[in-house]
Amino acid sequence: MKASAAGACRPARVRQGRRPQPVSVVSYIIRRLIGAVLTLLVVSMITFGIFYLVPRWVGASAADLASRYVGRTANAEQVAAAVKALGLDKPFYVQFWTWLKAIFVGADFNTGTSIEHCPAPCLGYSFIGRNPVWPDLLDRLPVTGSLALGAAIIWLVSGVAIGVLSALRRGSFFDRTAMGVALAGVSLPIFWTGIVCLVIFSYGLGWTAPGGTYTPIEQNPALWAYHLILPWITLALLFSAAYARLTRAGMLETMGEDYIRTARAKGLEERTVVTRHGLRAALTPIVTIFGLDLGLLLGGAVLTESTFSLPGLGKYAIDGIIASDMPKVMGVTLLAAFFVVVANLIVDVLYAVIDPRVRLG
Amino acid sequence: MKRRLAAGVAAGVALTLGLSACGGGTGENKSDTSGNNASTTAAFNVAVDKVFNPSDKKGGVMKFAISSDWDSTDPGDTYYGLSWNLARLYTRALVMFKVAPGTASNEVVGDLAEDVGTPSDGGKTWTYKLREGLKYEDGTPILAKDVEYAVSRSLEKATLVNGPTYFDDFLDLKGYKGPYSDKGKDNPAIDTPDDRTIVFHLKKPYGGFDYFAQLPSTAPVPQAKDTGVKYKEHPVSSGPYMFKSYSAGKGFTLVRNPNWDPSTDPNRKALPDQYDVAIGVNADDVDNQIIAGTIQVDIAGTGVQPAALGRVLGDPTLKARADNPYALRLNYTSINPKVAPLDNIECRKAVMYAADRTLYQQAYGGPLAGGDIATGLLPPGIPGFQKLSVYPAGPDNKGDLAAAKDALQKCGQPNGFATNMAYRAERPKEKALAEALQQSLGRVGIKLTLKGFPTGDYFSLYAGKPSYRNGNKLGLMSNSWGADWNDGFGFLSQICDGRVIRETGGSSNLSVNIPEVNTMIDQAAAETDVNKRNPMWAAIDKRVMEEAVILPGVWAKQVSLRGTETTNVFVNDQYGMYDYLAMGLK
Repeated sequence: MKASAAGACRPARVRQGRRPQPVSVVSYIIRRLIGAVLTLLVVSMITFGIFYLVPRWVGASAADLASRYVGRTANAEQVAAAVKALGLDKPFYVQFWTWLKAIFVGADFNTGTSIEHCPAPCLGYSFIGRNPVWPDLLDRLPVTGSLALGAAIIWLVSGVAIGVLSALRRGSFFDRTAMGVALAGVSLPIFWTGIVCLVIFSYGLGWTAPGGTYTPIEQNPALWAYHLILPWITLALLFSAAYARLTRAGMLETMGEDYIRTARAKGLEERTVVTRHGLRAALTPIVTIFGLDLGLLLGGAVLTESTFSLPGLGKYAIDGIIASDMPKVMGVTLLAAFFVVVANLIVDVLYAVIDPRVRLG
Repeated sequence: MKRRLAAGVAAGVALTLGLSACGGGTGENKSDTSGNNASTTAAFNVAVDKVFNPSDKKGGVMKFAISSDWDSTDPGDTYYGLSWNLARLYTRALVMFKVAPGTASNEVVGDLAEDVGTPSDGGKTWTYKLREGLKYEDGTPILAKDVEYAVSRSLEKATLVNGPTYFDDFLDLKGYKGPYSDKGKDNPAIDTPDDRTIVFHLKKPYGGFDYFAQLPSTAPVPQAKDTGVKYKEHPVSSGPYMFKSYSAGKGFTLVRNPNWDPSTDPNRKALPDQYDVAIGVNADDVDNQIIAGTIQVDIAGTGVQPAALGRVLGDPTLKARADNPYALRLNYTSINPKVAPLDNIECRKAVMYAADRTLYQQAYGGPLAGGDIATGLLPPGIPGFQKLSVYPAGPDNKGDLAAAKDALQKCGQPNGFATNMAYRAERPKEKALAEALQQSLGRVGIKLTLKGFPTGDYFSLYAGKPSYRNGNKLGLMSNSWGADWNDGFGFLSQICDGRVIRETGGSSNLSVNIPEVNTMIDQAAAETDVNKRNPMWAAIDKRVMEEAVILPGVWAKQVSLRGTETTNVFVNDQYGMYDYLAMGLK
């Protein structure tokens, strides 16, 4: 199985007669950043459109929308006040422009007793919580970041290592067991695995921390790691399967190539042959997938955060969706799209580093 | 076994210490925890009408958790029973329900005020006198005008959107909108002749004003410290605990308020040193953590999740830690008299006779997790409750098919009829109920077409909007109502008064508009003598039942789990969940 480099439409191996002129890395990055901004704009327009247009297609009026954000016994007057306060009576492009403008110049908000200025980038005020979204996002980003990066390292190292070993010992007991466990890991739903692991390891054996505990790394790094070890491993279990199989397949292909035999014949150590020559060539698809996975995960590992009760971006998004809190959902969507776009960019630049035959542009 | 023994010894020691503290004459503990009202033996349902593990031991960090956030910690901006329960830790209202298990909690006693209110002018004016020596967390004195300000700011529904509207509806405001909209103006409905007296003027007489006065909206707010929508991040404490930290959507910590004077507060023991409230913890994980002991209380107070239910009821040790209180909620079905042929009372009676009440109960989870089969509207905990028998469903509660068929003859539909039934699609219990009714009514030829609607808009756009429900011929609509407080007005007014039905939608009253009942409600509301008032609510219950516009289903119950380390555990009937004020730690 050879995974093609998803997302970036360039072949992993470019066979050309002559080496082409290298494109300046800087100009390449600038072009990609402009594209990224356009992508973010389109994503936010679509998300906003869903919130704005879909209810109107089913015949809901501004008052109907606003009634979700007021209390149980709101009368018509209160609903009308909410419509004005939340700007729900304005047309689509006005509402979108207000939101977009606030990102660059900030916005003002009436707290009842004073006017609060929300500095740029102001991603709006939560309809339900009546507090600015951006500080919430910044507050939750380290949690999702800790979860994503820690799990990423574990699944990358374990997935690649298991994949390499499986490829080298193809058909062996180790190979078959490893692939079997990997399959189980990717098939079991995390909201089941997580709860069961908590019951066994946290509440039964007392080895790991209970759900809902999180310590920021700057407060106590040891405690931070202790609280995250179970979510890390459970999340990594989900991903390392794919990476093990991908690495195994890539390794099997490259290890059969002629240049590997040449390298061995030259007298190189087996370890160098495997890592410097075999693995390096098989890494490209892994890097692609890793970039995408990490980018998506930084936008919020929704199921893991909900299962382990970690206050990250994913949980924030779910809370916003359930409450129809549009500014929250817009904020997380934009941030998540940003991470995916940046991750894609980094992955594409890394290609040139890993595989000198690949050219940018 | 060992754990139970240890628990018993610990409780015994705590009890001894408590008794000696009482004898020492500090005089601060006045809740009734003695004799036949208390128990130290863990058993199923022991905390429903008794204090389990009575104790006066102070200290410890109480760990509370909840899976989804509630509206606000701002006492003037909250409408959840759990929030009203919890707010008594960091605020004091004018009056409060007595902190005791069972029917004792129906009595209203003074909290900030020395005693319940004094009515005058036929019940249109209510006067309260504050105690002496009341202070906020910063040492400044609590004044009557702070209570006035608190009520006034809660009127500002454009800013503080969540709280109840009783003050907006009943005070004689003469157009006054609140301190944000009418800056600098005085609230004409509330007077404070001196620092310790507050007088409320109502538009019309209302005998149960003490029930309004116990709302957290009357918790004092110093005007200089009011930060509007931000006030919830640190409400200025008038109670035994104050906010140490607050993180929206994640949780908060309460620590002792050094300026709370226990001699001014006979209602609170204030046992733990600190409360850690975690918000957003996975619901199944909360149950597992309570079982394991890393969390003490699920403050949602609605019982364990279905996953844990089987475990709790099946394991004798866990079952002995469980209680099965009434949630003071009625799950019922509204019968729409504006949709033919249900506009004929005999057709509605046919529905009442034919419905299988045992299936209704099963749909909601059976007798333990679902509730008791309801014979009327008012649940048993409400003062004035009477067991009714209007259009009974046969001796086995499975439906009186003969009476149903007879009623169908009388309304001209001898072979039955067809109509639609609405329910909230995301609620599996309501779906099960709809299917149960479809089955049981089908036995006499009443064919139901089931229609699921989104929960978030059910009342505002669909079943709750008269033009929609009548235009789309929703004959039956599943419904549910929990009282704001335990009296007839708190329970019946929002679901039986035809005048709360709004064309714009949103009301929980989907089917009741009987002019005679509207008048009876006004009369009962104005009656200032509670002993005369309570039977009037029972009469309203009976009259609404006779009109056959409500098919009562179950009086909800839930299975809740006590914490491993908690003392003074009992169900407060006013909230239908454990009392969060009285609890301590071993």
